[in-house]
Amino acid sequence: MAQSLTPSNIFKDQDRGRSVGKAGEDWKYKFFSYLLLTVIAFTMIVPFMWMLSTSIKPETEILRRNIFPVEPTLDNYHEVINRTDLPLWYKNSFIVAVISTVSVAFFDALAGFVFAKYEFPGKRPIFIIFLTSLMVPTEMLLIPWFIMSSNPPIGGTWVDTYWGIAFPGVITAAGIFLMRQFMQGVPDELLDAGRIDGVSEFGLFWRVAVPLSLPAIGALCIFNFLGNWNAFIWPLIATTRSEMFTLPVGIQQFSSEADTPWNLIMTGASLSVVPLLLVVMIFQRYIIEGIALTGLKG
Amino acid sequence: MGRKANAAGSPRFRWTLARKKIVWAYIFLAIPIVFFAYIRIYPTFFAFQMSLHDYNPLAVEQPYVGLENYEKVVEELSKKKSVTKSAFRNTISYVVFGVPIQLCLALAIAMMLNEIRFMSTLYRILFFLPFVTSTIAIAWVFRMLYQPRFGLFNVILQFLSLPQQPFLTRPQQALPSILALVIWQGMGFAVIIFLAGLKQIPRTYYEAAEVDGASRWHTFRFITMPLLNPSIVYLLVLQTISFLRMFAPVVAMTEQGRGGPLDSTTTVVLRVYREAFQSFNMGYASSLTVVLFAMILGVTIIQLSVTSRRIN
Repeated sequence: MAQSLTPSNIFKDQDRGRSVGKAGEDWKYKFFSYLLLTVIAFTMIVPFMWMLSTSIKPETEILRRNIFPVEPTLDNYHEVINRTDLPLWYKNSFIVAVISTVSVAFFDALAGFVFAKYEFPGKRPIFIIFLTSLMVPTEMLLIPWFIMSSNPPIGGTWVDTYWGIAFPGVITAAGIFLMRQFMQGVPDELLDAGRIDGVSEFGLFWRVAVPLSLPAIGALCIFNFLGNWNAFIWPLIATTRSEMFTLPVGIQQFSSEADTPWNLIMTGASLSVVPLLLVVMIFQRYIIEGIALTGLKG
Repeated sequence: MGRKANAAGSPRFRWTLARKKIVWAYIFLAIPIVFFAYIRIYPTFFAFQMSLHDYNPLAVEQPYVGLENYEKVVEELSKKKSVTKSAFRNTISYVVFGVPIQLCLALAIAMMLNEIRFMSTLYRILFFLPFVTSTIAIAWVFRMLYQPRFGLFNVILQFLSLPQQPFLTRPQQALPSILALVIWQGMGFAVIIFLAGLKQIPRTYYEAAEVDGASRWHTFRFITMPLLNPSIVYLLVLQTISFLRMFAPVVAMTEQGRGGPLDSTTTVVLRVYREAFQSFNMGYASSLTVVLFAMILGVTIIQLSVTSRRIN
């Protein structure tokens, strides 16, 4: 099964697995499928619509029962952008997600390349140790990480720094495993030919293996970016000052005031969700195939 | 995975090349090895060690207390009522109700999606959107939908002339309300995995079943289910683990993120967070994470035994 699960053919063969019902009841089955799927699709969209519609409601309309705003306004957006730290949270989330995505793309690919294409003493035990670390839930490491961040080997403190938020995820075992699977497909003859031509070992990785594995690296990058953008529990622990919050932590903090500013929360949520939804729609085929391929969760 | 050392063939060249490759392999792996040793493996042992100490970062000393923290966990669990007991009970409720409901819905949706062609990509994207959305953001949206008076669910109930519901503010309703969000958000992921599994089932099996006059139910029971078994086991394990680790939705949807009302929605991870980072009882919190680790390990081991039995 693993062999046939390459991104190109998972969804290409549209006819496989389609059960062929009796001709008479087939259209009934299809009709009900469409009906039910449409209802479910509707429940998938409504919360997003509600979020957007609340974000353009004036404050006076929040507690009224109208679903769409009577007098739509962008005041909430002005307020959130000018009067809260949300632009900073945006920047922080972006920087952290970029740092860890770039690092994951490079180091996971490099380690995957080594495990796929090199023989060296200790290869199996090292690989197995990397993989076993997947079984330890990150929740168990939060407290040690926090202690390590307050008293790190390099630098005064990692708390409230970009590195402090990003460090647990700059290399991932799941990504190394994925890259190893992919890099095994790089032909040995190509690497040996490169060696004879005097290409360095790093050159073989950078100019032969990486270009041939771009689809997998792309999928890895997208998952990683999404995962970091939405990460909550570690950024919550690793930050104490509002200027260093990431978006989810910041949105959670909106509520600490006495009554809940629903319009501002929905505006913050919209700002955090909408750009990502656009990215997902553009890359949807890629992402969906990647998930089916790896089961990697963001 | 036998490797040909090189194409040139001289023994001397082969020897130096093999050695050069070993050296380079270690150079390339140096940073990942340091990373895993320091950021993953050392903290794992550190967590075990902490759980044997009365670890409070604000105190001068962190005295060794042996298994006292674990005894405290057992003691709390055997009490008639304690926050820790609620945390474990709720976490198990989330798993026991959440996983089967989510997977059954996802399987039904995947099978319907598998039947249709027109607009199937659009549906797939729509079902998938919640999964890539920030849990905190969308949980706040649901919290608003559940509000009395102006929340959408109560607006709908009123439209249907049904009594208004308190949802998140009543202990009996809060946990199912949060569970609904989590099922809704994660379903798209399971749909994608099921769909990929369904596409792997050869069409000829269904044609053969049709020739034999098998009913839809029989086809599902004796062809789809057994051949989908790998996807089902995979998702069961993955979703069980993710429900065991539930945290963000409860924080976003309860008053002050405390897992209320009356601890009716709190989870093991929320308990860990509050003990470690609000009360600074890090030793006790670590022992809770070790228990969580044991639960997750148990699920993984069950999966491994089920999977290997299938191969035999």
